Parts: sequence; structure tokens; C-alpha cells
Amino acid sequence: MNTLWMIVQRISYALILLLAVLVLNFALMYLAPGDIADTIAGDMGGANAEVMAEIRRSYGLDRPVWEQLVSYLWNVVQLDLGYSYFFNTSVVSLLAERVPATLLLVVSAQILAIFVGVLLGVVAARRPNGLTSHAVTLLALFGFSAPVFWTGIMLLIAFSLLVPLFPVAGMQDVTIDGGAWVKMVDVAHHLVLPTITLASIFLALYSRLCRASMLEVLGSDYIRTARAKGLSDRQVVVKHALKNALNPVVTLAGLQFSAVVSGAVLVETVFSWPGLGTLALQSIIARDTPTILGILFFSSLVVVVANLLTDLALRLIDPRIRSGVN
Amino acid sequence: MKAFNLTRFSFSVAAGLFAAGLMAPVAVADSPKKGGTLVWAIQGTPRHLNPAVQSGIATGQPGTQLFAAPLRYDENWNPQPYLAKSWKVSDDGLTVTLNLVKNATFHDGKPITSKDVAFSIRTVQANHPFKTMFAPVKSVDTSDPHVAVLKLSQPHPALLLAMSSQLLPIIPEHVYGDGQDPKKHPQNAENVVGSGPFKLVEFKRDQHIILERNDDFFIDGRPYLDKIVMRIIKDGSARTIALENGEVHLSAFEQNPRDIARLKKNANISATPQGYGAIGPIAWLAFNTKRKPISDVRVRQAIAHAIDRNFIVKAIFLGTSQAALTGIHPDSPFYDPSVPAYDLDIDKANKILDDAGYKRGSDGMRFKLTVDFGWQSIKAPAEYLKPQLKKIGIDLAVRAAPDFPSWAKRISNHDFDMTWDVVFNWGDPVIGVHRTYLSSNIKKGVIWSNTQQYENAGVDDILNQAGRESDPAKRKALYAKFQHIVAKELPVYWSYTLPYHTIYSSKVGNAPRGIWATCSPLDQLYLK
Repeated sequence: MNTLWMIVQRISYALILLLAVLVLNFALMYLAPGDIADTIAGDMGGANAEVMAEIRRSYGLDRPVWEQLVSYLWNVVQLDLGYSYFFNTSVVSLLAERVPATLLLVVSAQILAIFVGVLLGVVAARRPNGLTSHAVTLLALFGFSAPVFWTGIMLLIAFSLLVPLFPVAGMQDVTIDGGAWVKMVDVAHHLVLPTITLASIFLALYSRLCRASMLEVLGSDYIRTARAKGLSDRQVVVKHALKNALNPVVTLAGLQFSAVVSGAVLVETVFSWPGLGTLALQSIIARDTPTILGILFFSSLVVVVANLLTDLALRLIDPRIRSGVN
Repeated sequence: MKAFNLTRFSFSVAAGLFAAGLMAPVAVADSPKKGGTLVWAIQGTPRHLNPAVQSGIATGQPGTQLFAAPLRYDENWNPQPYLAKSWKVSDDGLTVTLNLVKNATFHDGKPITSKDVAFSIRTVQANHPFKTMFAPVKSVDTSDPHVAVLKLSQPHPALLLAMSSQLLPIIPEHVYGDGQDPKKHPQNAENVVGSGPFKLVEFKRDQHIILERNDDFFIDGRPYLDKIVMRIIKDGSARTIALENGEVHLSAFEQNPRDIARLKKNANISATPQGYGAIGPIAWLAFNTKRKPISDVRVRQAIAHAIDRNFIVKAIFLGTSQAALTGIHPDSPFYDPSVPAYDLDIDKANKILDDAGYKRGSDGMRFKLTVDFGWQSIKAPAEYLKPQLKKIGIDLAVRAAPDFPSWAKRISNHDFDMTWDVVFNWGDPVIGVHRTYLSSNIKKGVIWSNTQQYENAGVDDILNQAGRESDPAKRKALYAKFQHIVAKELPVYWSYTLPYHTIYSSKVGNAPRGIWATCSPLDQLYLK
């Protein structure tokens, strides 16, 4: 009952949040100098007054701004995200083209970052002043402080040019023929470098956090009891300590989900990954308001869902939250 | 008749050389090979693929593969037969007759007729941003399906360049004339029915455009390639690496000097600046001639003397670009390099300002100015201005716009002192040059109009005359006169050409070298 109530509460918050996101961003786009007609003129290498007026008229930009906002919101309520000014196609179909690519990248990077981060954190926590621990700290700091586009280009130079193991750009090689299996392997092949690049930032966070919370847990009484019982080191670390130390990592992973999505913008650009990030960047520069709002709508939705899932996961891991104690 | 049969001409030359023993039969081994897939990197996703309603390079590169045009051009600006096997301009310049090839069909198998030519011209007239291209075309007589007769209201020599694939793609009336707004026609982006050497297979935004050979292309044996995969790679470093490791065969419009220099060193890759004459990108410093103190021509001339074109070309662009002394591209037959060049001369610049009465203040500065720029690739020349102008006592602020629309809004509303800008010639001066200087084209809110607000009735007259002068020599003289006047009055300080390069792998034969670079049909390109 408690869980259900939480979900209902979260969804109602989410609706208010989504409305705010749309109205705020609509206003921001309206306040930014220039509009889609300027972009199209720039793209075409010139224009004239009639063509620009015609573009504005055909997209309804000559109407009063509140009228544009109200009609946009009314469409969104009816689950119609409108038409992209730039691409002349429905925003929903644009999103549908991009979402799978971004989700694939973001989820792979999250999984890699959490898995390797936790592993490194545990290893480092076992001998906090050992050489491995320092190496992990160094690696983490490097991954965190290096600009993600730089990491990406360095990986490209290393593993696409000097040692050509991976392709340079894109998500698939359209020149190869083959069945679904061949295509899946091909996408996985293209996915490696972008995933490592995106994971490198978050790996640092998870490994540091996991190391710290492991250190705290490993010093607690019940661990001493466990050791005194004669349990193996492996059992103590994995079953007793890690289970408790994971709690903050899961919380952070949920909170970071939005950061991963925004990190994807840069990674997608470097690797020409055809996801939401590339589209978002282009739409902002192009003043393609319906597309930007569509992307924001969708990414807010993703963050809301991710937070909801985090809460549920925490309830699963930690009985204290479930029972309402705390 | 200005046309001649190119194939027969080159054949007879080859035969003659062969007979004279000058041409070894080995040369045959180098003849174009059929088949293969060209991987071509492009820098962004076009809005759609129909150049009739969307100008620009992004649409032009795929668009000119999909659609044929009446004419095409060689590297010396000579028109060549394409969909029109021959053409004739009447003596009074008021009638242009196009004799179309008879076997040409659209990708859906329907014949290409003079009605489609007329429809394409009407569509471009109504929707294309370059209104001057076909403005004088009053009507098109289509009584013979293979002859299009264009009736003009005045002689219009620019028409021939405007009939290139980049500017006049021939689109089928039975598809795009179905009553829908051609700018938003669904078949601009998918199921494109074209007339060119390649057919559309798939267009995936931000991923690729896949084209395949049009087996029924009206030129026998062409195109040589089976398939073209245009990969959309926005990041310049990634494109460079993809060219280096051989994943990509061809990329055009590359303009990062360091990447170009690096690629030039690679033995398997060629890089050429040839082929950008008609596109004609010129970077310049534009003055708002209605703002004090740069409304004073002496101030503009002093600023020009404080800038070293040579430094910009050699040091900033590492020799990948060339100096531009006027608003007409150096590769154009109308370019006149004899205009005043304003060589670097700080003393002279200071003297001009002293004589004009702009006294230095206690801080050594005469006045403040702001220079705008709207995108990254012209940041270096914009910043270079600051120390240079300091030497002549001008305190310059360099203002970067966050993005293109912000910059375009500011400049087109005349809210600036000076701005770096890049403007393209787009073929004939009537299309891309006149717009910057005609006083009738001072249009608030329209970027790349006469945003300098330059007004000179004499220049207006010369340009209007040059626009309808049929005699090439007289036309050239008019443009020379125009270039001299504006170089003296300096509404714009022309600086350099964009260092556009076409980069291609050694596997590529017949890389495009005509005046439209890759915005022209690649039916002659082959893979070795």
C-alpha cells in the first residue's frame, strides 16, 4: 500500500514537473534571439523578406505567443508533440528514430560504469592504502576530470587509427550485408568506444563512492562478528559488506541518470551516434522549438521514471525503507 | 549554337593522338572502372533532398546526384550539355531555347519533358530564396515536349549558371505538382522521384543517405558507381580519422586548416582546393556604413590598412586559403585583382585617422568599436583584429554570438558596428554578389541582404546594367568598374576565401573538379 501511494504521489509530481518544463522552455526559446526562419535562411545561404515571412506564417510563428503556447500544450495533452520546423516531420517520429540509440548508449554506459565502478571500489576498499587503491583513485580522477569529448577523440585516435580495432563513427556499417545477428554484432562493435567514453566520467563517481561506503561498512561491528564466525573473506566482503555498501551507489545511479543523458550529447557528437543528443544540439541551434520541447518532454519523463525505479530498487535492497523505519 | 558534342570531341582527340603514337595504349588501363560503393562523408543532415525548394550545400550534395539539370559546368566555367543536349540564346537575349535529350526519364520511368522544365522553373521562382535567378523568366513555351523555350523580360546572362544542378534541379510535375506545398512535400525526404544519375534508397537523419545507380540514366554507361553511401559525420576530427583509416573515400567542403595539412601528408589521400569557384565563399569584415565613426570611409580604409591579409592566409589558415581582394571569388572570370588591396601599413592607417581628426585620448585610444562573429571557424580572424586595431588606436571588443540565429538577428537588424561574415557567390554575380551592394536590397531582418546599408546610385546602375549585358567582354568591364568603386568605398573589407578542400582517397578516380565541387553530379567518378 505504501509503495502504491508513493507511485501515485510521484506520478502527480511528475505531471506538474512536465508542465513546468514545457512552459519554461517554451518561454526560453521565445526569448532567444532569432527563430527558425533565420536558421533556414542561414542554411540556404540567403533569403528574402517574402520567403522568411512565408516560413513564419507556415509554422504559425506570426500568431501571438500565448496562442502558440496554448495550442502547443493542448496538443501535448492529446499526446501530439507537433511537427519539427526543421525537418518537416512529426516530432514523435523523430524521437522514435533516436530514442533507441540513446537508450542503448546510456544504459550500456550506466551498466559498465556501475559494474566496473563497484568492482574497483571494492578492490580499493580492501587495502585502502595499497598501490591498487591509489591506482584506482588516479584512474577515477582522470576519468572524471578529462573532458568527455577529449577522451572520445583520444580513444578514436588510439583504437580507430593507430590500432584500428573499432569503427570511427556511426552506429552501423550500412555496407555490410547479413542477417539480424551480423547487424547486432556490428552495432555492438560500434557501441564499444562511445560506451567506454561515456562510462569514464561516471565510473569515477561510482568507484569513489563505493570505496568510501565499503570502508565505512567494513569497519562496523557486524563485519567483525561475521569474521569472528569464521566466514571466508569473500563471503564477508560480498555478502555482508557490499550488500549494505551498495545503497548509496544505487541512489547515486538514479540521480545521475539525467547527467548521463546530458553527457550523451557530447559523446554522440564525437562518435556521430544518431541519438537524442545530436538531435537536441541541432534543434537548439536551429530554434526548432517543437523538437526541443519534445526531447525535453521525453528526457524529463525518463528521469522521472529512473527516479521512480531507483526508489523501488532501494526498497528491494533495504528493508528499512520498505518498512518505513528510518 | 554554343553546344558541341563533348564525347565525340574527346574521342577524336584521343584517336588523333593515338594515331600519332603519342598516346600509349597503356592509358586504357586507367579508364574508368564500373561498379563499387563510394563512401562519402558529409557534415550534417540536410532538411530534405530537394534543391528546388532548399538552397545550400547540405541539400545540394545529395540533391545534385538525385536530380539532373539542363546544364553542367567544366572546371573553366564552360557550360556543358546535360539534360539539354544543346541550347541557344537569341541575339536580342530575350529567348533561350533548350533542346532536351529525348531518352531521359525520371526515376519512376516517366519521360522528362519541357513541361517538367517549366514546372521546375516555376517552383524555383516561387520557393527558392535566390529570386534573381529566374526573375526575368516570363514564360516557358512547352509546345514541343523536347524543346523548352524560355521567354525573358530582359537579357539575363546569369540564367546559364542558374541552370546548373545546384540551382535548377528538374523535378517531375506529376509528383511535386500534386497541389501540396512543395517546401513541405513528403517526397522531398523519402521516395524521392529524381532525374539524376542516382536514386534514393534510404535517408536516415544523422546517420546516412544511401543512393544507388540509376540504370536508366540518360547518359549511356553512366554513372560508373553502383552505390553511394553518404555518411553523416558532424565531428571534424572523426571525419579526418575516418579518411585516414580508409573508412571514408571522399569528403568535400573541409575547412579546418590543421586537418587539411595533416591529410595532405598522407600518401593515400589527395586534397584539392579546386572546384569551389561557383560556390565562391568569401570571408569578409562588413561595416555598418550608417554607424559612426565607421560611416566615414577614411576610418574603414584605415582599418583595412591595419589588417594583414597575408598573415590571415599564411599564418591563421596555414596557406590553405587564398586572399580575396573583392566580393567576387578569385576563381571567377569576373574577378579583378587590380583593385586597391590596402596592404598592411600601420603608419599610413594612423596618418589617415590623424588627418581625419580622430585624436587619441589619454589612454592612446581614439574610439571604441565592436566586431561580431557568429560561428567558430571565423573566431581566429575576429580575434586577430583586436591587437591590429589597437596599433591604430581603436579599442576593439570582440563579441561572439552564442549561435547562428542570434548573430543573424543582430546583423540583419543593423544592430552592429562591424562583423566577420562569410558570403557565397552562388554562381553568377547576379545571384550572390549584387545582393550585398544594391541599395534596393537593404532589407531589415534578412541576413545576407545589404546589411551594410551601403548606398551608391552609381553602383546600383552598374550592377543593374551588368545583370542584363549579354556581351561577355562588356559585362566583365562593368564588373571591373564595380569592383574598383566598392574597393575604394569599402562597405566591406574582403579578406580571404574559405579554405574549402575536397579530400579523397587514392582509390577515387575523376574526383569532382568542376566549379560546383560535389554539388554537381558525380556520374563520372569511379573507384579504382
